[in-house]
Amino acid sequence: MYDNNKIIPGLIVFVGLITFPIWYGFGSAGHLPIPEKSTKSKECVESVEYMRTSHMVLLNTWRDGIVRMGETRHGETADGTPYVRSLQKGCMNCHTSKKKFCDECHTYASVKPYCWDCHLQPKETN
Amino acid sequence: MRILKSLGIVLVLMLVAYLGAAVPGGPALFGVVFPWLAFLIFVGGFISKVVGWAKSPVPFRIPTTCGQANSLPWIKQNKLDCPSTTMGVIGRMLLEIFAFRSLFRNTRAEIHDGPKLVYGSSKYLWLFGLMFHYSFLVIVVRHMRLFTDPVPFFVQALEFGDGFLQVGAPVLYQSDLIFLGAVTFLFARRVVLPAIRYISLPADYFPLFLIFAIGATGVLMRYFLRVDVVSIKQLTHGLATFQPVLSGNISGIFFVHIFLVSILMAYFPFSKLMHLGGVFLSPTRNLANNSRMVRHINPWNDPSIKPHSYASYEDDFREFMVEAGLPVDKELPPKPAAEDAPAES
Repeated sequence: MYDNNKIIPGLIVFVGLITFPIWYGFGSAGHLPIPEKSTKSKECVESVEYMRTSHMVLLNTWRDGIVRMGETRHGETADGTPYVRSLQKGCMNCHTSKKKFCDECHTYASVKPYCWDCHLQPKETN
Repeated sequence: MRILKSLGIVLVLMLVAYLGAAVPGGPALFGVVFPWLAFLIFVGGFISKVVGWAKSPVPFRIPTTCGQANSLPWIKQNKLDCPSTTMGVIGRMLLEIFAFRSLFRNTRAEIHDGPKLVYGSSKYLWLFGLMFHYSFLVIVVRHMRLFTDPVPFFVQALEFGDGFLQVGAPVLYQSDLIFLGAVTFLFARRVVLPAIRYISLPADYFPLFLIFAIGATGVLMRYFLRVDVVSIKQLTHGLATFQPVLSGNISGIFFVHIFLVSILMAYFPFSKLMHLGGVFLSPTRNLANNSRMVRHINPWNDPSIKPHSYASYEDDFREFMVEAGLPVDKELPPKPAAEDAPAES
C-alpha cells in the first residue's frame, strides 16, 4: 500500500464517523418513554394509534380552524362525549403534566413543537 | 429500456420489503438482519475498495493543470488550480470536496449557424449537485436522532435550522424539498439531454431511482402516512446499541424505507457512489505539480536494478561499439603492443 500515513488515518476517521451512533450509546439501552396515562377518562378524542402518529395534525387543525376560520371549540368523540378543542383546556385537562406526558416522547424522539412559543407553559416543579 | 430496468428493480425491491415485512419473521429480517448485514458490507466494502486503490502505484505526477504552473518568478502561478506545494494541494482538495470546484468549471458546447462552435458556462449541474449532496448530508445527520439517546446537540441544532420555516406539523424540513428537487433534476438531466442520455447506463439510473425512492418513502412517512416514531426509534436505536426492539406498531412503509437504505449501503462500495471515497484519492487532484522540482521514482521499480547512466553503459560496451563503428564519447585506451592474454591464469 502507498501513502499509508494518509490513507490509514483517513479510513480510521471515516469509520469513526459512520459508527458514531454505536460508540456514542455503547452499552446503554436508553430509556423507553412512558407517557403518563390519564386518570380522568379512558378514551381520547381519537384512537390510540391515531393519537400516537398524528396528534400534531389534530392540534394543527384545531389551531387553524379556531384561530383562523372562527370554528367553535366544541368537539365530540365517536361515542358522543363532548370535549374542548384546546391544548390547555382540552388535552391538558386529562394529561395534566407537560413533563410527564408531552416531553416523555418529544425528548426521546428529539421533537420540539412550538406550542409553547404562544401558549403559557404550565409551571411544574419536578 | 435502461431507465425502465432500473425503475423496475427499485419497484420490485420496494414490493419485496413491503410484502416481506408482513409475513411472520419478516420485520426481524428487514428491520434488523438486513440493516446490520448491509452496514457490514458497507464498511468492509468501503475499506477494501480504498485499500485496493491505495495498492495501485501512481508512477507519475498526473494532476490536471487548470491554471498557470509554477514557472519563472515574474509569471504568476495559479496556486489553487495548478498547485506545486502540499498547502496548495490541500486548498485545491478542500474546494473540490466542499464546493465541487471541478463541476463549477463545467462548460457546454453548442454549434451555431456558420457553422460556429461556441462554448458557454453551464452551472446547473454544479448547483443541483451541490444542493443534492449537502441536503443528503443534512438528512443523514438529522437521522442520528433515531440512533442516539440522548440526542446530541448538533443534531438538535440542525433539526431546528432545517425546520426553521415552521411550516405545518410535523414541521417541514427544507432539506427534504431540496433533496427531492435536486434528485429529480439530476434524473431529468440524464433523460432530457440527448448526449447525456446516450452515455447513461443502468448504473447511473439505478442509484437515482433508489435514492429518490428512499427520499419519497421518508417524506411519505413523515408528512403523509405518519408513522409511530417512538416505536421506530426503539428499533433503530436498538440497531446501534445491539438490542433492537420490534414492537407491532411499525407500519410497512418503514420497512420499505429501511430496506432501500440497506440496499443502498450494500450497493455503495461496488458502484459509482464510491466517489465518496474516491474523491480523496483522485491523482488528478491530490498530487502537486512539482515534477520539475522533485524527482519522483516509479514505485514499482526493482530496487536491485541500479540506475545505469550512459557513461557507464558506454564503459560496458565501448569495445563493441567501436567495433560496430558507433560514435563513442570516450575513445578506447591505446592498445598495448601485444595481444592481451586472458585475465585468468
